[in-house]
This record gives sequence, structure tokens and C-alpha cells, in this order.
Amino acid sequence: MRINCPHCGTRPVEEFTFNGDASVQRPASNDPKTMDQWFDYVYLRDNPKGRFDEYVHHSSGCRAWLVVTRDTQTHEVFGVVTARDHAKKRVKA
Amino acid sequence: MTGFRLAKGGLVDRSTALNFQFDGKVFSGLAGDTLASALIANDVHLMGRSFKYHRPRGVISAGSSEPNALVELREGPRKEANTRATMIELYDGLVAKSQNRWPSLDLDVGALNSIVSAMFVAGFYYKTFMWPKSFWEKIYEPIIRKAAGLGVASKEADPDKYEKAYAHCDLMVVGSGPTGLMAALAAARSGARVILADESAALGGSLLNENEEIGGQSGGDWAAGVIAELASMSNVTLMPRTTIFGWYDDNIFGAVERVNDHVLEPSPYEPRQRYWRIMAKRAVMAAGAEERPIVFGGNDVPGVMLAFAMRTYANRYAAAAGKSVVVFTNNNSGYRTARDMKAHGVHVEAIIDSRKESLADASGVRVLRGGMITNVTGGKRVTGVELADHRGISCDAVAMSGGWSPIVNLMYHRGAKPKWDERIAGFVPTNVGEAFVAAGSAAGKMLLSECLADGARAGTLKGKTPAIPKCRDEAFAVTPLWWVKGSAGKAFVDYQNDSTAKDLPLAAQEGYRDIELAKRYTTAGMATDQGKLGNVNAIAILAEATGRTMDQVGTTTFRPYYTPVSFGAIAGPFVGHHFQPVRKTPLHEWAEEQGAVFVETGLWMRSSWFPQKREDWLASASREVLATRERVGLCDVSTLGKIDVQGNDAAEFLNRLYCNTFSTLDVGKARYGLMLREDGIVFDDGTTSRLAADHFLMTTTTANAARVMSHMEFCHQAHWHDLDVQYVSVTEQWAQMAIAGPKARTTLQKIVDGATLDDASFPYLAAKEISILGGMTARLFRISFSGEHAYELAVPADYGNMVARSIMQAGEEFGITPYGIEALSIMRIEKGHVAGGELNGTTTAGDLGLGKMMSSKKDYIGRMMAAREGLMDKNRQSVVGIRPSDARDKIRAGSHLLKKDDAPSMAADQGYISSVAWSPMLNMWLGLALLANGRERHGEVVKIFDGVRNIHMYGVICDPMHYDRENKKLHV
Ligand SMILES: [Zn+2]
Repeated sequence: MRINCPHCGTRPVEEFTFNGDASVQRPASNDPKTMDQWFDYVYLRDNPKGRFDEYVHHSSGCRAWLVVTRDTQTHEVFGVVTARDHAKKRVKA
Repeated sequence: MTGFRLAKGGLVDRSTALNFQFDGKVFSGLAGDTLASALIANDVHLMGRSFKYHRPRGVISAGSSEPNALVELREGPRKEANTRATMIELYDGLVAKSQNRWPSLDLDVGALNSIVSAMFVAGFYYKTFMWPKSFWEKIYEPIIRKAAGLGVASKEADPDKYEKAYAHCDLMVVGSGPTGLMAALAAARSGARVILADESAALGGSLLNENEEIGGQSGGDWAAGVIAELASMSNVTLMPRTTIFGWYDDNIFGAVERVNDHVLEPSPYEPRQRYWRIMAKRAVMAAGAEERPIVFGGNDVPGVMLAFAMRTYANRYAAAAGKSVVVFTNNNSGYRTARDMKAHGVHVEAIIDSRKESLADASGVRVLRGGMITNVTGGKRVTGVELADHRGISCDAVAMSGGWSPIVNLMYHRGAKPKWDERIAGFVPTNVGEAFVAAGSAAGKMLLSECLADGARAGTLKGKTPAIPKCRDEAFAVTPLWWVKGSAGKAFVDYQNDSTAKDLPLAAQEGYRDIELAKRYTTAGMATDQGKLGNVNAIAILAEATGRTMDQVGTTTFRPYYTPVSFGAIAGPFVGHHFQPVRKTPLHEWAEEQGAVFVETGLWMRSSWFPQKREDWLASASREVLATRERVGLCDVSTLGKIDVQGNDAAEFLNRLYCNTFSTLDVGKARYGLMLREDGIVFDDGTTSRLAADHFLMTTTTANAARVMSHMEFCHQAHWHDLDVQYVSVTEQWAQMAIAGPKARTTLQKIVDGATLDDASFPYLAAKEISILGGMTARLFRISFSGEHAYELAVPADYGNMVARSIMQAGEEFGITPYGIEALSIMRIEKGHVAGGELNGTTTAGDLGLGKMMSSKKDYIGRMMAAREGLMDKNRQSVVGIRPSDARDKIRAGSHLLKKDDAPSMAADQGYISSVAWSPMLNMWLGLALLANGRERHGEVVKIFDGVRNIHMYGVICDPMHYDRENKKLHV
């Protein structure tokens, strides 16, 4: 498997470290009433068959955290953006 | 014909004789032979014993699917077990030994297994040797292992080199027979980058083994012409001796190239094997088809082989499998063998065709239509066959053909399954995407003309398909015959694992109807050949036994590797010191000069203690502690992670990473920081200093340095991308040393330029850039892990050794002593500082007695989850000090703590000892422990239970700070 890093180009998967679901978002509030949101954020993960957004670190490359969208069944990669751009896009949405 | 070497023909070089040894006997073969063909030419058919019954076995195939003729190749450190004689190219001086026999191949004690074979039925691993349980480890297993192993690996280190390499291409072609050659030619002529790989020593595939006619010339000559054209093109890479063993994500193929397996010893400048990763835009599967055995009594007697293999030995290697041959077939392949053998002057007794009707050309050989072989006579060599009608025919070799299986394995390494095709009686590929397509017989096209056309089509990436040469076709017709039910002797489905036809119905009867379960129960298909020959027969027998179709039973899962890959190839050059780098600190040379004993922590080599004369580690570490606490010591702390953090939001960033606050830290000061994970558990700790308003230097533990860096990058990029902050690891850029003890200040003062190190200008927790040794910029931190008045001095890494030597000189008059991490560890336990034993991924800040550090004024990683009820519970295990009640007792880390009068049990467990040390200051063993509600229990006597040694003693719980509770020594 290869990943097309926005900074480095297409590189072999061994250069990357996977870190799970990128659809979750860290809650903004520290209000104890938001504890359920925090619990979901820290512990609950979907395990979808098919399209999946995933945090991937180019740990042996440019050190950027990326969000890779891939098919969990076929490993086909649909797109790669930096985690930074992913976060910005989410703020707008 | 002299012996079994045919007088004419073949691709062997009759002018080059090669001597080789098999089981200690010297033989002669020819250049171009394989070990198998050379042995056959010498009339040696007995090449091994089977795994379970130790039956005599000969060669079955002429290729990589060979299940029987496995040998130990080479001797000494180069010995390789379980290599297939059919794939070993002969060279002068080759040495090979047969396997699975004791004391000799000819006389084998294990063959008794055959006589008591009732106990070796399907599932015998599960049914036998179950009782009594204690017998398994000591008696059954060693005996089974001794009697039933395959080859024995060398225990010496492999002296040869292995390489790893990458390749990219527009089209990769797997297999260089008629289909592969046409595919490669079509792509290459259009300018595409082509890789053509074949597991065989020579390219040409079946055209090297068969009598074919293409474009008015022999198949071999036509192939040679195409290969010459391909070889002349710069956009084509030809890779003979290369097995494509796996298909992976992104159309990446794994391959092993046997660069030097065909010579006595590789040149010192070349690897033995090369492990390739081939990135192909497209690929064509042109590996052809594999002939299947027929399952009949005695189908394993040496001299019984596949029909295709028999004519391959004759056509390509000029080696006759016998002088008088019987053919048993259910398709036209048997006729082809009969004709070829006859043309080579070998007598063919008869073709036994299981079909009642056939139109194939027998070229005058007697054909017994509707015939069945029920038994083969002979032990170590075929002497004849018995037919279902009780007729007997004498012969010394049997050719069998049960039909053809397209070689589709690679195409199913990513999860899809092939489908059954009634017409060819074989599993054929389904569509697995346009990036990898099958062509030719691998796709179920069984005629040569179809293969040429299909290959050309599959290889045409753009432009026109090249002209397809005319050829002569051999008609294809098959009527399945899976199992001769009236068989007299054992009829094998899987030769290597000795699974017989009767095992599969038995497995089904016992409930193992699923092919994956039946496979594991009978072990059919689980040997080193992965059932290349026998799997389809096994599926068919199971289908019949359970009243299902072939598609309903389906195949087992195809997985890499297609054929075994050596560990050497997988490891590549990454062996010994190349497996992982050794990290030496910038003070390594200095530590060596001081006689340090080093210890590996992660990749680091850290100075552990500095023994004098005949000191053991404890004597040395104790002396180092005393010297440091009484005078002054110098310790290398360069391995601590160092991260330089800069930017307008640097302070805010640290506020969010640490549970305590850094924005309030004054410039020029250091502060201890504690990081949590998002789930509220402690992640890491260290001292972080503020060098300027927008510039911090963070330190991490040695173990977590890389993890903290990744964590910071994640938090910044994924959570807080709007923070204006930059950070970089500077661990390797700075040498860092601790100077500790009452004479630390006086020692350091001697090398500092200009400044005076008094409490006013350099108070506790000061962190400043200074100049030392007449102009060298350094950073000085007044921090202490030992509890002494201490400093950490950081200098650019390259100056580390020099500065350490200078400090030793400066401190000489005070008796300065180098100390290692053992002494450091003793001193931190004496002082009750938590480290790895306590920061163990289960403890909270509160558990460590650091709960007050958690700010309530800001958000930070772990804040919310740390506030959960369970993590705040007062009965949680928290850090305490512990000492033995009897000062002569030695307490040990890992021991459990119980109430004084409780017997050991999980329910009564109160906690455990996390760290211990011999304290030279207190003259006793003392430790830190995690104890339920520990902070309320200082003074309590507890039982210390050491379950490993099954002993107990008593201890007293106390404050973690065993030594200098008032911290007076920090400020002396
Ligand atoms: Zn990158």
C-alpha cells in the first residue's frame, strides 16, 4: 500500500503510522455536563466496512498528520489531506 | 540410451558434466539439469520419506509444486532445509541430503507408522496423545518431533548477503510461457516499461518442456526469438529465477530473485537472494496451469509422477523416468506423454484412460478405455500396476494426469475467490479488477493458440495488438476422476502431509464439512506446498461426501507466499547491528574512559555503573551514591528527550499539553511538568524551562521522547492548528550532564565564564544560557533528580566528551565521581521521585501524589476524563514508601502487599511494590509501592508476599521520601 502525502508525494506505507478514526472531534467544552461527548470522543469508535477517514502520521517522512480516506475492505485510497486542512474544513462545515 | 539419460535431445549441455552428492553418494549430471532430473537420469527415484507414515517417496512434479522431493541443500551454515529438488539447478559440488528418515533413506524405522496407521487417521493430532496431559510435553511431543519433522535448519549464522530492492513498471507479466511472452511483447513494442518474471532458471515456460510448433518453428526456437527481442529493448526487464510470491494493496507484488542459489558459493559482491517489491500499474497473470494427480492406491510409490513432469524430464532434461511406462489419465495430457516417451524410445505399456471414449492420438500405444488403476506394486520403486478388472501390468514408471488447475493463487491474495468451470474441470479466475488480469491457461484457456492470442490481448496497453503467429493445437478434453474408490492401497490426496482419500469423508462425517475446517482436520493442503497439486482433489472428494457442488464447497483461502520464502530474504541486509541502530550518547567516549558498564535502554547505550577494581554493580552504585551525596558526582543524562518549542503561542501550547500551567513560568526558570493522556492517566513527565517569552525547552523521559513528539504534532495539527508555535526534537543536538552533590557548585564555578553561581543569580530552578570554558555557549539548569544541590549542564553534542573531562578535572580536588543510572535510580527512590515503575500507564496524577498539579483554570489534554469518579476514588492505589520491618530483609519489586494478617489471594490484594533499591544512606532495602488508599496508611505494617519465590515478610508503609524529607540538601 502507498500513501500520497501532500508534502512528500507517494510513499510506501511503512513510513506512516496509523492512529485510528478521524471522524471524531475533541469537544470544546470542559463543562461536566458534556461528559457524554467526552466519553464518545475518547472511547467510542465505529468500525465501518468501506469508506473510512483515518489519522495517519507521516512519522518517517515530513512528520505531518494526515487524514487518509480509504476503503477498509479493499484498501483503496480515495484521498489524502493534512489533518490541519481537515480540521479547518470541519470548522467551516 | 545409456542408463536413464536419453541419447539425444533436451536442453542440457552434454559437454559439461557436473559432480554432485546425494546422501553421501557421488553422482554425475549435466549443466542444465535440476537435482531431480539428474537423480532421475541416475535412476534414483527414492528421494525422501513422507511426513507421517515415512513412506518412500519419489519426485511427483517438475516444478515448484513438488510435495515429495524435499531435500536439505548444502551443508554447514549454508544448509537450507525443505528445498525442492525440482527447483534446484545442478552445479558442480552440490551436496544434498534426503529428509524424514532415520537411520537412512533406505531403511527407515518410522515406516512402522504405516503399520499402525489406524492411529494416524484424520484429526489424529486432536484425538491421539490427549491423555494423560502431563505426557504431552515430556513424552509425546519430543518423540513426534524427532520422528516426524521435515528438514533440519542450520544452527549457524548464514554467511551470505541478502538484498531488498524496489521496481516500478507499466506492466508486470507473471510467467514467461506462450501467454507471458506475447503479453510482454505487446506491451514492450508500445514503449511501456515491462517486467517479465519467471520462477524458472530459463525463460520460455512450457515451451521449454513441450513439443510445440509456432510460426513454422519449434516452440523453443520461437520463444528464444521473442526473448532475444525483449532482451534488446531498454524498456524491458527480464527476471528469470524470480518467484512472484504475493499480490498486495495498490498492485504491489512481492518477489524473490534467486541470484546465486545456482552456484556453489555466491561471489562476495553479490547477494544470494534479492527481495523485490514491484509496483506495477498493471499486471498479467500468465503462470499457466498445474497438472493434478489422480487419487488411486499407491499413487505415491516412487516412479509414479505427473504425466507432464514425465515428458518434461524427457523433453527438457533428456532423462527417462523409466524403461517401461504406464500412463493413467482422464484427459488428453496422458496421450501426449505417451507419444513423447515413445518418440524418445521409451517403451509405453499402455494408456489407462478412465474415460469410456476419447479421440486423442495414442500414436499406436495400447489404450485401455474406462480403465482404473487400483494399486501400484513395488515399495521403493514401481514394479507394476493392478487394474480394477484385476489385470496386472508390469512397468517401472507410471505417468498420471487428473486434469489441469489454472494457477490462480496470486489473484486471490486480496480476498476474492475463483469459480468452478465444468468445461475444463478447474477453478478459474473471476474479475479482480483491471489492474491484474489472468490470461492463457491461468485463465482457463487450454489451447496454445488461445494462449498466444490471450497474452497479446492482455499485454496491449495502447495501440494495435501484435500479429499472432500460427501454431499447432493439442486438443483439450477432460472428464473428472477424483478418486478410484476400489483402490487397494493407500490413495494420497496430499502427499506431503500424508492425507488420504478416506480422511476427507471421515472429516465430513465428524462434522468438519466446511473446507477450511476439513483442511485443518485432515491437514490436507497445509504442508509447505500448500496443496498446489492436491487441493482440487480434496475439494471434489469433500463435495461428493457432502452432496455439494465444487462451488458450494469452494476453495480454501489463498495467502502469500506462493512458495516458501527464506528468512534471509525477508530480513534482507537488516541483521545483527543493522537490525536496529545503536544510539551512543555524546558522552559515550568519556564514559568508556571512566570504565562504564553500559546497558541498552531502547536503542540507547547508557552508562549503568562505573566499577572500580572488582566491584559488583551494587558495590559500585552504592559507592557512587555515597560520593555524590557527600562530595560531587557527574552523570550523563543526554538520553532525556529534549524538544525546543518556540512561537507566540508556545506558552499556551504547553498549558494545553501539561496538566499544570506554564504560561506563568518566569523567563530563566524551570518547572516540573506532568502530561496526561486524553483518558486522564499520566503519560509523561519532565522539566521544562523558559529561555525567552516565546521560547521553551521541554524535556521528556528517555522512553517517551518519540511518543511525546508525535503527540505534540497530533495535538497541534489535528486539534489546535491555529496556535502559532513551532517545535523540533533537539535530543541529539545537546549533550546533557548532571552535576550533583554538596561540591557541585564549587566544581562548576571553576569552568563558568564570568558569572557567579550564587543563590541570588542562580537560585533553585534557574535555567539560563551561560558561557563556559572561555567562550562556549551552554545552558545551565539548577534542577535535581538526586535530591542534592545539583545542576544539569547542556552543551552542543560534539563538545560533550570534552566538557565532561573538564568537569572531572575541575572536581578532582573534591573527589568527583562519575555515576550511572543505577546510582541515579537509587537516589530517586531514596527521594521518592516517581519514574517508570510508577508512571506505568495505569496511574493518575492523584495516585502519584501529584494531584494538586492539575489546574482547574484551563483546558488540557486529559482534564475531563481525569475527573471521572473512578479516577478520583480515595481507595485507588497510590504511591507510598515501603521498608522491610526487619532491616535485614530484602524486599523485591513486584511483590504484592496484603494486610498484616491476610493470606494471599486476589481478593485480599492491597497493591504491589513498584520500585526497590538498596539504600547506602539508610543501609537497608527500601522501595516505592502502589497501595490502596496508601496516603492514609503511613506507619501501617503490611505483609509483603513474593509469589515467585512463595515467601513473605513484613514491611512498614511510609512517606515516599525516605531520605532528607526537608529537602535541606537541595540548598546546601
Ligand atoms: Zn510527508
